Amino acid sequence: MTRFPRPCRFPPNEAICVLLIWFLSLLLSYPLTSIAQDDIREPVNLHIEAFDIPGDDGSSISLHWIIRGRGVSSRGYDISFAARVEAVAKLLRSQEFPEVPGSVYRVLVSDPETGRFRPIAELPANKHYETDIPGPWWVWGEKRKDVHFFQVKSSTDLPLINGNPYLFQIVLTDGQYSLESRVVLVTPQANLFNWSKLNNLILMLAFGGVVLFSIRRARSNPNIFLRRIPGLDAVEEAVGRATEMGKPVLYLTGSGELNGSGDPSNLSTIASTIILGEVAKRVAAYGSELKVPHRAAIVMAICQEIVHESYLLAGRPDAYRDDTNFFITRDQFAYTAAVDGIMLREKPAANFFMGYYYAESLLLAETGTATGAIQIAGTDAEAQLPFFIASCDYTLIGEELYAASAYLSREPALVGALRGQDLGKGVLLGVLLLGTALITIGDLFQIPIVRTILQLFSDFK
Amino acid sequence: MTFWTRSLPVAITFFFGVLLTVQYYVPHPASESLLSELSVWNQIIAGFALILGAASLLQTHTLKIRRREAGWGYSAVMYVSMFAMLGAGIWSEGKTEGTIFGWLYDYVMVALQGTMFSLLAFFIASAAYRAFRARTIESAILLLAAVLVMFGRVPLGEYILSGVGQISDWIMSVPNTAAQRGILIGVSLGGIATSIKIICGIERSYLGQGKE
Repeated sequence: MTRFPRPCRFPPNEAICVLLIWFLSLLLSYPLTSIAQDDIREPVNLHIEAFDIPGDDGSSISLHWIIRGRGVSSRGYDISFAARVEAVAKLLRSQEFPEVPGSVYRVLVSDPETGRFRPIAELPANKHYETDIPGPWWVWGEKRKDVHFFQVKSSTDLPLINGNPYLFQIVLTDGQYSLESRVVLVTPQANLFNWSKLNNLILMLAFGGVVLFSIRRARSNPNIFLRRIPGLDAVEEAVGRATEMGKPVLYLTGSGELNGSGDPSNLSTIASTIILGEVAKRVAAYGSELKVPHRAAIVMAICQEIVHESYLLAGRPDAYRDDTNFFITRDQFAYTAAVDGIMLREKPAANFFMGYYYAESLLLAETGTATGAIQIAGTDAEAQLPFFIASCDYTLIGEELYAASAYLSREPALVGALRGQDLGKGVLLGVLLLGTALITIGDLFQIPIVRTILQLFSDFK
Repeated sequence: MTFWTRSLPVAITFFFGVLLTVQYYVPHPASESLLSELSVWNQIIAGFALILGAASLLQTHTLKIRRREAGWGYSAVMYVSMFAMLGAGIWSEGKTEGTIFGWLYDYVMVALQGTMFSLLAFFIASAAYRAFRARTIESAILLLAAVLVMFGRVPLGEYILSGVGQISDWIMSVPNTAAQRGILIGVSLGGIATSIKIICGIERSYLGQGKE
């Protein structure tokens, strides 16, 4: 039996299928169509937005802008646009307009008194993009490659006052033609927390927690191994030698003045005064003489208390003399000359240079070497370390200065803090190794997420 | 008594330690003005401390002169210099332009400071001589690195040894920077740990009250 071709029994269904496909394609293509139509309708314009800079003291504003409109691509401008906006057409004639030398964006601000706009900055048209913002992703979000960015900071020319509104405008020009943005109003606001430092705060709290936990553990289990530090072992030898020779021990606390926050010498000066206490105990126990000339009167006052206490703890309060600590001068080289004079005249048997030093380090250490004294130095001023290493018998490098009080006293709490420091160092070492591997892989295989992750360990202001 | 000598200073240290730590994270102008205010307090304290310093200086040298200790003549010179400068300053009403005070500063003080600073050249030579004696492998490496860096820093070095400038730059920017950063990391962690110990009152020997 011959089969006939099956009649088309479901033409309506086919029509529905076609309609469905058409509808789906319409639906899928909708956004693209929409953008294209928008582009046709939208005249070319400079779209600008202005924001208060997050996490600042209310003295800066961020401006973001992009050229929108038909024919505008991420690389340049379509010549077809020229037919619609005559004034801008010539300006946009080049496909590579932003790269044309001389074309610039002018940042204008309205004068609060006259209301007139005046330029405050002129930027090359192919520079200053959001990707240049140094801030972290958790504050700035995704940084767009084609959106321009400029940070307006308070200056004598334009003092931005917290809470006052300001009007800004951007103008693109090549000197002959120009394209203006709309005017935007923005008010700088002072913030209570700098979110860019959030990672810093978390890491600091974590490290602080580790140190405090280590101290607590060390109190219950004080048997913690400390590696040998020859410079600190030699303290005993140096004081003993001075006692045998009947010569004084000279101790310098460095050039730090305890000047308050921001001074790099503060911590090393405090560390130096703590070590002085341990040295003074030994000097008192041996019955030797201690001389501590000072550059800073505040440090002298603190050291007087420390040395006095050390003599008391050593059971020799009678041996303490008020003139053990004495002030010389704040002037760097006058102080150096005076200390050099003491070294040459009194020939101390042991010289201690602990704390923060500047250019005087070598002048002091070399004079001490010339007198034949045993010399122990300790500083965290890395520029001066080579001089001390060259001239002194023993040198405490960087963190060893901070470890000295724990090493000499063997107090569980202080030794525990050292353990915490080592744990922190271990974590940092791991981050360094992992970060190096990640950044290498990320750059080799173009994985942008790597840099995003590594921002967690970066320093932001 | 323990309250005034131990508890109160530790409480003040804790309060200001925490306050200044928080201040670092707060960008508000009030936070900045607090820091400026504290700096002013610090200067006032430093001013009073300077009186202590001057008293200490005068006392030390008076004793030396009175006891006729070795080098007491220098103490006398110190007295003369100090009062001469003080007198000149008062006479000139603190002005330096065209006054005896300015003349003393420019032609005596600055010249003496320059003299002391210039001594560094000779001390560097003697220290370098000791450091660069190639007695061990480490000091031989140090000597080689130093010679390469020095050659790389002068035009004649590049003329004698072509490419030494690049080697010098590499030594300075890779091994040297790596070592410096290593030291810096240790110093920073040590600094934070010391700060925590001081703020929490675990380390208080700097107060002259012994440790817990």
